[in-house]
Amino acid sequence: MARITLQKLAHSYMPHPKSEADFALKELNHVWEDGRAYALLGASGCGKTTLLNIISGLVRPSQGRVLFGDRDVTDAPTAERNIAQVFQFPVVYDTMTVEDNLAFPLRNRGMDPAYIHTRVQQIARMIGMEEVLKRKARGLTADAKQKISLGRGMVREDVNAILFDEPLTVIDPHMKWELRTQLKSLHQQFGHTMIYVTHDQTEALTFADRVVVMHDGRVVQIGTPQELFETPAHTFVGYFIGSPGMNLFDATVEGRFATVAGQQIDLGLDYGRPLGRVQLGVRPEYVALTDEPSGLPVRVNRIEDVGRHRIVRADFDGRPVNAIAHEGQAVSPAMGRLVFAPGHINVYADDWRLQGRAA
Amino acid sequence: MALELRGVAKVVAGKTHVHDTDLTLEKGTMNVLLGPTLAGKTTLMRLMAGLDVPTRGRVLWHGKDVTGQRVQDRQVAMVYQQFINYPSMTVYDNIASPLRLMGRDRADIDARVKRVADMLKLTPLLSRKPLELSGGQQQRCALARALVKDAGLVLLDEPLANLDYKLREELRLEIPKIFEASGAIFVYATTEPEEALLLGGNTATLWEGRITQFGPTPQVYRQPADATTARVFSDPPMNFLSLAKIGNRVVFGEGQQVPATGALLDLPDGRYTGGFRANHLSLGRHTGDAVEFPARVAVTEITGSETFVHLDHGDHRWVGLIGGVHRLAPGDAVTVHLDPAHLYVFCEGGRLVAPAPYAIAA
Amino acid sequence: MNKTVNQKAWFLVLPVLVLVAFSAVIPLMTVVNYSVQDTFGNNDFFWAGFDWFDEMIHSDRLHAALGRQVLFSAIILAIEVPLGIFIALNMPKKGFWSSVTLVLMALPLLIPWNVVGTIWQIFGRVDIGLLGHALASLGFDYNYTNDALDAWATVIVMDVWHWTSLVALLCYAGLQSIPQAYYQAARIDQATRWKVFRYIELPKMSGVLLIAILLRFMDSFMIYTEPFVVTGGGPGNATTFLSIDLVKMAVGQFDLGPAAAFSIMYFLVILLVSWVFYTVMTNFDKEEGL
Repeated sequence: MARITLQKLAHSYMPHPKSEADFALKELNHVWEDGRAYALLGASGCGKTTLLNIISGLVRPSQGRVLFGDRDVTDAPTAERNIAQVFQFPVVYDTMTVEDNLAFPLRNRGMDPAYIHTRVQQIARMIGMEEVLKRKARGLTADAKQKISLGRGMVREDVNAILFDEPLTVIDPHMKWELRTQLKSLHQQFGHTMIYVTHDQTEALTFADRVVVMHDGRVVQIGTPQELFETPAHTFVGYFIGSPGMNLFDATVEGRFATVAGQQIDLGLDYGRPLGRVQLGVRPEYVALTDEPSGLPVRVNRIEDVGRHRIVRADFDGRPVNAIAHEGQAVSPAMGRLVFAPGHINVYADDWRLQGRAA
Repeated sequence: MALELRGVAKVVAGKTHVHDTDLTLEKGTMNVLLGPTLAGKTTLMRLMAGLDVPTRGRVLWHGKDVTGQRVQDRQVAMVYQQFINYPSMTVYDNIASPLRLMGRDRADIDARVKRVADMLKLTPLLSRKPLELSGGQQQRCALARALVKDAGLVLLDEPLANLDYKLREELRLEIPKIFEASGAIFVYATTEPEEALLLGGNTATLWEGRITQFGPTPQVYRQPADATTARVFSDPPMNFLSLAKIGNRVVFGEGQQVPATGALLDLPDGRYTGGFRANHLSLGRHTGDAVEFPARVAVTEITGSETFVHLDHGDHRWVGLIGGVHRLAPGDAVTVHLDPAHLYVFCEGGRLVAPAPYAIAA
Repeated sequence: MNKTVNQKAWFLVLPVLVLVAFSAVIPLMTVVNYSVQDTFGNNDFFWAGFDWFDEMIHSDRLHAALGRQVLFSAIILAIEVPLGIFIALNMPKKGFWSSVTLVLMALPLLIPWNVVGTIWQIFGRVDIGLLGHALASLGFDYNYTNDALDAWATVIVMDVWHWTSLVALLCYAGLQSIPQAYYQAARIDQATRWKVFRYIELPKMSGVLLIAILLRFMDSFMIYTEPFVVTGGGPGNATTFLSIDLVKMAVGQFDLGPAAAFSIMYFLVILLVSWVFYTVMTNFDKEEGL
């Protein structure tokens, strides 16, 4: 196992990139700590798969270096990097039995048959496939095949990292829970470095200790799930994480007070006098609908009952705004004001979050 | 004015894909078919569309028997999980294609295409080819093609499954609006309970080729008719525990007792299965007559604002969705609480015998 | 999956049925008719029962031709299938060169049988043919008109040249359908080249490969034009395959009865082998779909 360092890494699929826009992955420096679980989160085409393929050695970066521990592996082929990868669609060797599938990476490395046997048994028990070890992999369900892929990724004890490329795409919701928690407990048991690429925020946030949010070829924030939720560094993170995403209000800010459409809001912290496009970001979880006379005036369009809570969809000043009302909390379309929970308002200037000072 | 399935069943090579099904879908409704893969959602849709002929039973459209009628002769539109468009045609021609096949005149086609394109935010893209569009735009184009012909029955088979999470959220918000404007019968198949709840309308839960319940979505969610429906319509999965009803008391595994209320009072004494959803489990907080359970932490997952705690309670694996961030190490012993108002009680065969009191109030 | 029942479709099939009746069923019936009758000329036919079949089954001539035929098919399958797979594996997967190789590979398939025969007939001649002359000047005693082995070699090389492309192109299509992730996974698993072939490429190719083998078997088993043009079945009877022998019997000697019986048995053999192939193939699919 090893720490993975990316130095001045960038990649373009064009032979002679001219401007920054030609880069699928813009310059980045990052260290993946040994034994951590990371998620790479972003929309399709944001560069997350490119980054994963550079780490695994399937793509050679057009600029910068990749280090495993202290060794430069930028030009090393995949096989030498000692990593495991699980793909979006299950990759299993159809004509082999489940057992042979799991043993394959070990046998190719000429390991001792007795060790292979015990290790395969152990992995099979963890992924719950002891019963079908002797069966041909062909004809198993997608879930089962993906479990084999996970098992094959897990079977080598000495891997530097295990990479996952949207591994739960073809899995049913109920199975997703099972596979995800299995993955999580495997990580807790073995402590492999894991990097998990996904566009699904729930998967990313629940899986990872650290989430790397990517947007348009650039890393916009690296943080714990809580940090991404409470203090998104960029408005994109606010929008992308959370369902519905963060509400944004154009505002003018002076000191600890913001003015939104003529209404004054106490921010609790001093932000000075920010320039550029200034916006307040408040998550729907921290927005409440009320019939008190104070707060932002809104018109409620609809209230969606989604089971454990309701989503209030409203209009403020011609722009949509969302609020979440928990079970038992009274909301009605007649209520016309929105209030924000104090301490949960973020201030953005030109899309980047500002740090407030105690006032 | 409705689509009616009367005793419709589908058997292929001796295997029953859909058991005898009675279902009536009213005009102007959104109907969600919710169930895991291979539960029979697609088969049921194909029977509704007329792409397949049922082995038994009849399909009625506005009271008229259309069993065995060709799909071309029925007013049906279908959208699939894959983005299916004509790759060599522009978006405009793609949307116009069903109308041209119907032999509408030019001006009429133009007006309809523009109206639907506007509704689906495709107006600036009308002259592009589908492969130049993003996945979300391609699926909008396929949706537009289904909507433009004013079909009486629009079938959507997991239309958002291949899209990114955020795009899914966006389109999911638009679909109910589109549907309200069109007045057709919409049938929407999905594997995700959350999607069913967001779409609203009615939901039919499917399990192994059988419709286990059909009704207004929030009602099916809050008052599932049996344990299977509750399981299908819970994400995270519903938690189960064993309990006994003795006299006017409900007794749990570790000897905890609460007074029996409501429907529970009328039940004969005996063993039952209790069920509750993840968000009704609480940690630490003790409210009123909540029941305490000892459990051991298996895994915790933090979403940023909430924590999923996977717990082992006896032989049962539970999931709790608890507000805030809680860091619990695997193997920790914890005490969790459940308000009996959130407890569903099922009999031996899985039928719901006492709904959760909160659900009746809601 | 069964589709909507629509009886009208039968009317659309009718013209084809009529066509097939004229082109296949009626000639076949004529052959059956000949095979059970005898004639002494003058268009007088009389019932001969299964005499012709009996005679043909015990005919050394037929046995010899059948033996040559089986040997020929076995040899060309043994060469063309591995060679085709090998070529397919080494063809460029994308870009300019992949189109160039595809066109080059398709070329031999586009040349009519008798032209192929003529090309090789001239190509192999010792006096004016490039191949024959070159071999002769290198000191090889090569002459396909005199030497049975040379004749066989020529006919086999010609068939390999003509048809290996078909196997290669079918395998190539099978290979193209393998997702990139499989190769990536194999690299990560440190699979050797042989294991990649054995566990990824061969299983994914097996479907098309069976079709290729079936096509090549049927074609080679019925081969007529090419060897006929090159060697005329000679020297002696060395390259007289079943269909050449059949034509000799029917057209050369005008033994219609035995020739008809012969061709029916020939037909049945091909049918039987194709059926075996079909069964193997469908069983294979079933296993796949489990």
